[in-house]
Amino acid sequence: MKALRYLALSIAAVLFLVPFYLVVRNGLVAESEISAPSWTFLPSAVRWENFGELFGNPAVPLVRSMVNSLVVAVLQTAGQLLLCSLAGYGLARIPYRYANVVFYFVVATLMIPAAVTFVPTFVVVSTLGWVSDLRGLVIPGLFSGFTAFLFRQYFLNFPRELEEAARIDGLGHWGTFWRVVVPNSRGFFAALGVIAFVTSWNQFLWPLVIAQDQDSWTVQVALSTFLTAQSINVHELFLAAAVSITPLVIVFVAMQRWLVRGVTETGIKG
Amino acid sequence: MRNGRAFWLFVGPFAAGLLVFVYVPIGWSLLLSFFDARNTVTPTEFVGLRNYADMLTDGPFLSSLGTFSVFAAFIVPLTFVLALALALLVSQISFMQAFFRSVFFLPTACSYVVASLVWKLSIFNGLRSGLANTVLGWFGADPVAWTVSTSPPWYWLVLVTLRLWLQLGFYMILFIAGLQRIPAVLYEAAALDGARSWQAFRFVTLPQLRTTSVAVLLLLLIGAYQAFDEFYNVLGTDRGYPPFARPPLIYLYYTALGSGGQDFGHGSAGAVILTLLIVGVTLLQGRAVRR
Repeated sequence: MKALRYLALSIAAVLFLVPFYLVVRNGLVAESEISAPSWTFLPSAVRWENFGELFGNPAVPLVRSMVNSLVVAVLQTAGQLLLCSLAGYGLARIPYRYANVVFYFVVATLMIPAAVTFVPTFVVVSTLGWVSDLRGLVIPGLFSGFTAFLFRQYFLNFPRELEEAARIDGLGHWGTFWRVVVPNSRGFFAALGVIAFVTSWNQFLWPLVIAQDQDSWTVQVALSTFLTAQSINVHELFLAAAVSITPLVIVFVAMQRWLVRGVTETGIKG
Repeated sequence: MRNGRAFWLFVGPFAAGLLVFVYVPIGWSLLLSFFDARNTVTPTEFVGLRNYADMLTDGPFLSSLGTFSVFAAFIVPLTFVLALALALLVSQISFMQAFFRSVFFLPTACSYVVASLVWKLSIFNGLRSGLANTVLGWFGADPVAWTVSTSPPWYWLVLVTLRLWLQLGFYMILFIAGLQRIPAVLYEAAALDGARSWQAFRFVTLPQLRTTSVAVLLLLLIGAYQAFDEFYNVLGTDRGYPPFARPPLIYLYYTALGSGGQDFGHGSAGAVILTLLIVGVTLLQGRAVRR
């Protein structure tokens, strides 16, 4: 029984890893080997010079699009954490006459997935003149009702004694939040931050809609353009894909603990 | 009122953003949906409910809902069962548990675009030498032109396996978290009563996973409803998107932003209908959970 479990898990693990292997394999072989008459698991030769070829190809804006993706992901992660944690704390801890009204105003947006309203959002963002603009890529994604809601639930369970001690030391809401609440919630911030970063790096529909000039492409839009048009060599496309996953694989290995926590927090508690 | 100032200091910036980037767009779209608005985002000619009537009698929009239903009918139960199976397998072993969990979770790091690249140009590339066709060849079967074959519609196999690979690990983590919350006492009591392992699963594990299961089903359904990335990248070509297999967001994308002219009146009406449908489902689910 135990051996059977390990057998099943091992087969599944191989199936899960093959696509990753294919990205690297196809990225490091000669073009002729991708369309060879018969498929081989191991390539006959590994061509490291593919890297030089890819980064030296002016038709593939890989570096530019990776930088765009990084800027968007960092700004979105930082901005979302800042705005949503402040809002969540205010909703959880500051008694105010209209707090309930504002809370319903936030919760009502939870029922509407952002992707479904991409046409309406595009209409507004294009009126602001933010098409093919960093502001258009970053700002609409900052206001996640879901993240604010998760922060509120988290702060509701934050130990009140810590806040009361800060109050006795003469700190107001603002000082309490920054000097006591945030430093004691690092794990929660890390968990939601990793999720926000991964989501932002991998998002596709919104950048596709808004980043219309090549200079504003994120890496996903760049890859997709070459994939659907098939306008560059297939091995270059695979190598570019391998390069584009690398930042996230590093995040996954370094932050897996927070990531797993983030998944459980965002998946179930909502 | 001092609390009022503190409250708005914390909540104000977020609430203002929500207003501008969620409420205003929806309101504006609601307005646009009653107007003719081609290649412009300002309402031009009032047409009443015509855009809605067009969408609801329009073959392509309704068939996009049909496409979503087919996709959901495959992906929701398959992901549910396989993610639960992986979670059970992983949580029943001790040696190398972290390794297997990480391997199954790793595809979450991959974007739909990269997965589409692997599925479309490597595994299911339709060449005799493609990986899937090579495997078929071992059993003496003829090669299949996966992404472009409509009878039988093999592209479903491509799209469903792609999403399975990408999302199974995520849902496995949710099930593992759910399994960990089940008190061990319940299994001890079941064992004392002489329950076999499948009985323990049927009468302890499944009922205890109820909350997790409902959440997982809803997330899967909403995810399938918003499917766009893999359809666009696997089936789209430089000659455009094929006329079949268009889920709602693909259909909206080509209506509102396609090269054939931007039609924001119909696009907005479609967005409003899709929003109402998903809100309806969420409210129904909320009711089912509270019961």
